[in-house]
Amino acid sequence: MKAKVYITPKAGILDPQGLTIERSLPALGFEGVSNVRVGKYIELELPDGEAAGAAVDEMCHKLLANPIIEDFEFELVTE
Amino acid sequence: MTTSPQTEVTPVRFGVVVFPGSNCDADSYDAVRSFAGADARYLWHKDTEVEELDCIILPGGFSYGDYLRCGAIARFSPIMNSVKRFADGGGLVIGICNGFQILLEAGMLPGAMHQNEGLKFVCKQVHLRVENNETPFTAGYEPGQVIAVPIAHHEGNYFIDETGLAELEANGQVVVRYCDEQGETTPASNPNGSLGNIAGVCNRERNVFGLMPHPERVCDEIVGGTDGRAVFESMISAVAGKAAASR
Repeated sequence: MKAKVYITPKAGILDPQGLTIERSLPALGFEGVSNVRVGKYIELELPDGEAAGAAVDEMCHKLLANPIIEDFEFELVTE
Repeated sequence: MTTSPQTEVTPVRFGVVVFPGSNCDADSYDAVRSFAGADARYLWHKDTEVEELDCIILPGGFSYGDYLRCGAIARFSPIMNSVKRFADGGGLVIGICNGFQILLEAGMLPGAMHQNEGLKFVCKQVHLRVENNETPFTAGYEPGQVIAVPIAHHEGNYFIDETGLAELEANGQVVVRYCDEQGETTPASNPNGSLGNIAGVCNRERNVFGLMPHPERVCDEIVGGTDGRAVFESMISAVAGKAAASR
């Protein structure tokens, strides 16, 4: 199965990239956009099974995300 | 006739870890070897033997291409288990720049790094105020001393949550802060947005120290300064002092 992992800066943590994007959007005519947050999207494939969710969760905690500054969520997709 | 046994002075032994992508390893090696009382050797990241060492340096650079997050992959190098054991046993470990990021990712120091506030790689000379000189890394400085040391990084924006910060402050674990020439920790003297102008922290036991600035680059007048020398001098004195005390 496939896991789709979304990693974003934790709420309250300054995201300089997001802020810069937010500031440049009005220049293109997009007014009123706020809270732009830039994160990462990671796709991976792993063996099907009941343990897959727990495995991905552990991967996120141990490597894919840094829980001190990042939040993560993931979905499992069976193709 | 009494013979006072000539105490043999063995040099303080430093190991400099070389990860794929390290680029300040040679600077660190040379800085250490410029001291009469010290010797250095390189440790490949796949090595696991660190036994006969007194101090370990995790140098700056771009280990594993900074993939995923700076230091995130290097912390799984075989040598890191040995470095952890070494630190748990009281050995002195200093992480400089990328080495600091690795210590954070490895959980050997509290907090995390993210991108510089200005989004740019910053390479320049900065001033640091020595906040705590009661560590084996800073004993050679005066409390509050202002030193000039270069930085060169893109992810040096130190972050820790409120509780963590309070603990750091209460335990004297904030070792150096970015400041101006007069020693004032102003927003303008903060090159990367680090919380509380924090440039370097140590663990609670004070034998693990990480900092973004590069003391090894200011160990010789010929490269523009010697303000970094006291870091290595302090480490050498700490080890030599301990050895003398146990004799």
